[in-house]
Amino acid sequence: MSGALLLSAEDLVVQFSLRGRKLTALRGASLELFEGETLAVVGESGSGKSVLAKTFLGMLDKNGTITAGSIQYRGKDLARLSRERDWLEIRGKKIAMIFQDPMTALNPLKTIGEQIREVIELHRGMDRRQSKIETLKTLEAVGIQDPERRYRQYPHEFSGGMRQRVVIASAVACKPEILICDEPTTALDVTVQAQILDLIKALKAEYAMSVLFITHDLGVVANVADRVAVMYAGQVIEQGTVDEIFTDPRAPYTWALLASLPQLGVKGEDLFAIKGTPPSLFKEIKGDAFAPRNPLALEVDFVAEPPIFDVSPTHWAKTWLLDPRAPAIRPPDSVLRLREKLLAERKLS
Amino acid sequence: MKQSPLLSVKNISVDFGSGRKKFRAVSNVSFDVYESETLSLVGESGSGKTTIGRAIMRVHPISEGEIIYRGERISGDLTPKAERLVHQKIQMIFQDPMASLNERAKIDYIVSEGLYSFHLFKDEAERVAKVEQALRDVGLLPEFATRFPHEFSGGQRQRIGIARALVMEPELLVADEPISALDVSIRAQVINLLNKLKRNKSLTYLFIAHDLSVVRFISDRIAVIYRGRLVELAQSEDLFRKPLHPYTRALLTAVPTPDPEIEKKKKIIVYKPAARSPDEPAPSWIEAEPGHFVLGTEKEVNSWLKL
Ligand SMILES: Nc1ncnc2c1ncn2[C@@H]1O[C@H](COP(=O)(O)OP(=O)(O)OP(=O)(O)O)[C@@H](O)[C@H]1O
Ligand SMILES: [Mg+2]
Repeated sequence: MSGALLLSAEDLVVQFSLRGRKLTALRGASLELFEGETLAVVGESGSGKSVLAKTFLGMLDKNGTITAGSIQYRGKDLARLSRERDWLEIRGKKIAMIFQDPMTALNPLKTIGEQIREVIELHRGMDRRQSKIETLKTLEAVGIQDPERRYRQYPHEFSGGMRQRVVIASAVACKPEILICDEPTTALDVTVQAQILDLIKALKAEYAMSVLFITHDLGVVANVADRVAVMYAGQVIEQGTVDEIFTDPRAPYTWALLASLPQLGVKGEDLFAIKGTPPSLFKEIKGDAFAPRNPLALEVDFVAEPPIFDVSPTHWAKTWLLDPRAPAIRPPDSVLRLREKLLAERKLS
Repeated sequence: MKQSPLLSVKNISVDFGSGRKKFRAVSNVSFDVYESETLSLVGESGSGKTTIGRAIMRVHPISEGEIIYRGERISGDLTPKAERLVHQKIQMIFQDPMASLNERAKIDYIVSEGLYSFHLFKDEAERVAKVEQALRDVGLLPEFATRFPHEFSGGQRQRIGIARALVMEPELLVADEPISALDVSIRAQVINLLNKLKRNKSLTYLFIAHDLSVVRFISDRIAVIYRGRLVELAQSEDLFRKPLHPYTRALLTAVPTPDPEIEKKKKIIVYKPAARSPDEPAPSWIEAEPGHFVLGTEKEVNSWLKL
């Protein structure tokens, strides 16, 4: 990869207590983020993408705790960080986050300019005048025209795409090392989405940030990611470069995720669909969590949790299929077709 | 496909507000929907897609034009008979499976609602049979009838929404973003279900959506809307192979494809409507190629065809 290891989560376990019951949202999730890269985190709704991201910012909801595992960042274990004062050194300043709905991130009663300026004043210790100049610069950097006038406007005077630009501006205003984007474009139209993705890529280069990008859209992954982590039921089950994940996926769940893409469907035929629903996180999960929905599951999948198997120095997957004793099982046809198509294009170019 | 259309939308406009606040959400839109086809309306949020769907459902009154269903006008003032026709034969499925179901009612009541309002059953036994059949049609168990919406997953709730429409034995389904709120895997299940119902019950769909990869997979024809106006309409594959209008081209290049190589090289196009001088002719609806319509001037269309 491009740079040194910057942030790593190791076997993180997060539990929430809900009316006396325990929900295990992360069941030993591991992930690495390297300097200068964009890592995409994909997976079904409820797989734990947002919870994982929130642990990096000390922003778990009150009923949630990290019960095991560690988060290494610059010699600190963030999983052990509990004082709000320590988090303020990191949150927003070193690691910043953009959420799905730009409206919830903005205060409707304050002007756009004030909201960003306050962040800068707080985190970068600038005075009023300096922080205003810096705000105008940042607004310009995120593609907002006429920043002087826009500075004095309120969130409701902005379109959805513009608001997301403002949220991005306030996230990058403190020049964080890591930018976490949690589905930043899901609520936007495709044309606006494409512009926001371009913006995030440009800012990443300009501010020399590493980006953790959460999405469930594999098309967006192809656009932004250098590497991909696939999550299922509270674990990362496969991780690799974007090419490895698209042309050589190994975990049955990754196959299923790719195969459900309408782009891989053949008109007039059924689309590949994953049967059933993800397992309940209230109960203990035995074996491979995806086994009950996996028509190709092996017997061992119902009994024992698969370990991590290395596929290449940059690619690993948590599936018994990679055990030398496993039978040879092919991915679904549509996944093979995607592979053929992508490889053919490589040859051409 | 050259029968007479099932539904004709003829030069309709829809206005919101009045006086100086008046705002034209849909402007002079026309299209036909033929029996057993899936016609999709695509465009960005606020472009007027949903408003057109609702105008057909008579939720919004139209201020100009007319809507014809099987040769009968279904817009404006209607006889009770025509009104009944619309409410039975045209059904709508909504975007948000969570919000569109009455949380306090059992599934049995939710699915029966339309049957009750139009007395579409002889006796209780027939009503129950209809509800059970509709649930089976969408792949749910009849015993689900006694349960409440919150006991179901997003995909199951969307199936309930579809069952509620199917029980009316509709001919035309207006589906407003029926899968946008669903997760990838469940999305595929619902797409397959809609396609199966279309085949088995010879349904016709007017599908409103912004996810073009889904739209391409399910549609026979696609109409593109920009700021309340139709700008292009063509067979689905023709539109993807040869988009003509600059807005359509911007829209299509913006759709992410699952191909890292292509995506990394992609140059996005930002569409800005061309400024027109007053002496230029106004754009009109031109059939540029057989079955492929586009909004533009003669000169523009010729130049787009050459691209
Ligand atoms: N405060 C909370 N209390 C209880 N359970 C929670 C809480 N926050 C999250 N969870 C649960 O943790 C699990 C993981 O949730 P998370 O929000 O991380 O999913 P996600 O992968 O981000 O999904 P989506 O794609 O829908 O955003 C889910 O089962 C969720 O219901
Ligand atoms: Mg989330």
